Amino acid sequence: MSDVLASIKFDADGFMEDAKQWNKEVAAALAAKEGITLTERHWVVLDYCRKEYEAKGEAPTLRNITKNTDVGTKELYELFPGGPGKLAAKIAGLKKPTGCI
Amino acid sequence: MKTFLILGGGTAGTMMAVKMSKKLDPRQWKIIVVDQEPSHVYQPGLLFLPFGVYQPQDVLKERRSFLPRSVEYIETPIERIEPEANRVVLGKDQRVIGYDYLVIATGATIRPQETEGLMDGGWRKNIFDFYTYDGAVALADFLKKFEGGKVVVSVAEMPIKCPVAPLEFIFLADWYFAKRGIRNKVDLILATPLPGAFTKPKASAMLGSLMEKKHIHVEPDFAIMEVDSGSNAIRSYDGREVPYDLLVSIPVNMGAEVIENSEMGDDLYFVPTDKETLQSKKYENIWVLGDAANIPASKAGAVVHFQMEPAVENILAHMQGKPMHAKFDGHANCYIETGYNKAALIDFNYEVEPLPGKYPLPLVGPFSLLQESVINHWGKLAFRFMYWNMLLRDIPLPVSNHMSMVGKKLN
Repeated sequence: MSDVLASIKFDADGFMEDAKQWNKEVAAALAAKEGITLTERHWVVLDYCRKEYEAKGEAPTLRNITKNTDVGTKELYELFPGGPGKLAAKIAGLKKPTGCI
Repeated sequence: MKTFLILGGGTAGTMMAVKMSKKLDPRQWKIIVVDQEPSHVYQPGLLFLPFGVYQPQDVLKERRSFLPRSVEYIETPIERIEPEANRVVLGKDQRVIGYDYLVIATGATIRPQETEGLMDGGWRKNIFDFYTYDGAVALADFLKKFEGGKVVVSVAEMPIKCPVAPLEFIFLADWYFAKRGIRNKVDLILATPLPGAFTKPKASAMLGSLMEKKHIHVEPDFAIMEVDSGSNAIRSYDGREVPYDLLVSIPVNMGAEVIENSEMGDDLYFVPTDKETLQSKKYENIWVLGDAANIPASKAGAVVHFQMEPAVENILAHMQGKPMHAKFDGHANCYIETGYNKAALIDFNYEVEPLPGKYPLPLVGPFSLLQESVINHWGKLAFRFMYWNMLLRDIPLPVSNHMSMVGKKLN
């Protein structure tokens, strides 16, 4: 498992530094590190996060995710326990979402 | 005759109208301000209303009286903006106004209906907001009769206007209940979606230890799912429950409905804006100022004050077909009321988080950054006078638009 992540650079908080090094295998390994087994529902969120990142250069907010996918906030918290915004971005191989002011 | 149209007559819209009326030739330009409410609200003052510190006349004044006579003022809701056609449709009589330049200063408002159950049975009974005049006044009445129990201050979602206001509220509540001799009968709890007291690390640590000293409990990372006004508790998505006797809510903040109706905003109806030039990202004859913009700066009047000069400079340059050089650096400074006639002050921008030191004069101050002092509190109270009498009337304040590192301690 960790072989997949061996060549990848992470920042201090465990977010990937280069989103281009990401693929589905990497995602699975990152998820496993967080104790998550990826399901189809996780992928709805992860795919959307990647798509948004490619279009706008930053990870989407929770509100953005729930507005544009069929995943509601409650389910998001079940899929990515703790902080779904940060966790989904982390597993999607994106930079740490910038906090609000 | 060309039209310079300003939507919103709050802090940003009023300041823009005053500044532009001095800059634009009245034989060539007509300046119009549209707003739906007759009263201009001094929003920082709303914080003090619940505790009886300010009276209504301190925070409400006639909007028209702050606009220059040469400016046309129209009082009506705004239906929608049609940026492709350079025109705005007003709510009253569907009047249409074409513009050459448009300034969007429509602000941010609370949307309590966004949180499940917030407006059910308890709304304005034992659930209040203090971000509206009516809410703050209703809360003042409630507090007078409050004899003790759990007081929960709940922040629904970031960003909010004046991100320090929830902390100030809870510090002032601590003091207010102590003065009434019932502090030992009151539990103070801050339920926040942030990982700590505030957004920026150094300020968060300072404010966090202040909370501890004042016996205020912080419930961090609390993403509110619902308010249950039957059993008087709020619940988070991750299954935590916090009971309350009084819930003071800072509901979801969103941009104006006109932005929503015009499909010009992001998910929270804030308008995509260049964070340095303050020009709309999509339309080159539109500027977005204050809370209405989606820039990563604090939503506060003090920020608007620092935006005004670069925005005006850029608009004038654009009108003359010249390159825009003026940049807004995200500068914000906020007095944070901490109770007992003291306040802390923070000063920061896009790049630099709040640091300790002195402001505005290095070493001299008189204001202390990131620590409590009595003189900071007087600065905060004096600001109300400066707001009505200097800021809105374009009389310069003795502070710089750009944040300075001089007088700050890095470690």
